[in-house]
Amino acid sequence: MNMTDTIKHHLTPEILMAYSAGTLPEAFGLVVATHVSMCDVCRAELDSYDAVGGAVMEDATTADLSSDALAATMKLISEGNITPEAPRRSTGTLPSPLQDYVGGDISAIKWKPLGMGVKQAMLPTSKAATARLLYIPAGAAVPDHGHQGTEMTLVLQGAFVDEEDRFARGDVEVANEDMEHTPIADMGEDCICLAVTDAPLKFNAFIPRLAQRFLRI
Amino acid sequence: MNKTNNDWTAQIYAIRDTQDQAAFAELFAHFAPRVKGFLMKSGADASLAEECTQEVMATIWRKAHMFDPSRASAATWIFTIARNRKIDALRKQRRPEPEDLPWGPEAEPDQAEAIGLKQETEQLAIAIKELPEKQRILVEQAYFGDLSHSEIAEITGLPLGTIKSRIRLALERLRHAMK
Ligand SMILES: [Zn+2]
Repeated sequence: MNMTDTIKHHLTPEILMAYSAGTLPEAFGLVVATHVSMCDVCRAELDSYDAVGGAVMEDATTADLSSDALAATMKLISEGNITPEAPRRSTGTLPSPLQDYVGGDISAIKWKPLGMGVKQAMLPTSKAATARLLYIPAGAAVPDHGHQGTEMTLVLQGAFVDEEDRFARGDVEVANEDMEHTPIADMGEDCICLAVTDAPLKFNAFIPRLAQRFLRI
Repeated sequence: MNKTNNDWTAQIYAIRDTQDQAAFAELFAHFAPRVKGFLMKSGADASLAEECTQEVMATIWRKAHMFDPSRASAATWIFTIARNRKIDALRKQRRPEPEDLPWGPEAEPDQAEAIGLKQETEQLAIAIKELPEKQRILVEQAYFGDLSHSEIAEITGLPLGTIKSRIRLALERLRHAMK
């Protein structure tokens, strides 16, 4: 599912490095894996951070293994089955990593209405951050009300625009506390996004920023 | 075999093609203590690190057919397997993985690409070693998992330029081969 030529908004270096190091909360990891499935620019950058990890491990202090470790490993190998895994590659709207969490493509999403045509579906991840899919009707708009923590919004269908930019399928918006703008969902098509936040689940942070704008909360 | 000239590709191919236990023993002698050291620095106690290291090494045997020297060095590839085991065993959460790239007999790794990537990877390793002490320690801490995101933001000026364009070329070639 390569869309490299049309994607304009990418993941930040620190997010890619933390994903490579394996220190990112699961929900943010889901945004990274989904975007990288569509974007060779970020895939190449991620691979280069993995190369940094390889170099760090190569030079790290070694730890001796028990004397029978090799034999024990050969035993593990002989006990396990080698079943070559089929390549994971999506032909639908949702890239494979997201389909793993939804249990299928767009039609399998279990939406819960939030009012005014906006819908959401929570995805099961570890508690450090929350991930949800948002459905925003075409043309809906609201002023921004600010927010907390780090939020990432990845567009899966349709698009939204603000004063300066347009975010279409594959684009990811990475926002922190300082960002203020007023996005509008494109008229052409209803917008579906993956929205992730690490803000604590207070009342006003319960619905992510994008939904807050559209809901006028 | 001279360590500096050894990129371990031959051993991994021997495991893949002939289930060569001697080649695996060589790979094990070099990488298992590094994987265990990495896991212990990441917070695993000695017995958990030992158990996970054996599983990581067994995974290398099972996934030898997935190794692509035009996209990643052996050290890089083994790091990603150890990292995934770390997330599973230490952080106890799922790891969402990107979709697989096109892969098949049509897309056999290109020899020249693999050699180019090997050189870039070596240069990257040297560049990391030559970073100022404070920055180098930050990079290590980022991979051992005790750095916050704002601290990571301070070290993103890593010398990744050439290796990044090398990997992009390999990806484009892969995509092209499948068209
Ligand atoms: Zn990207």
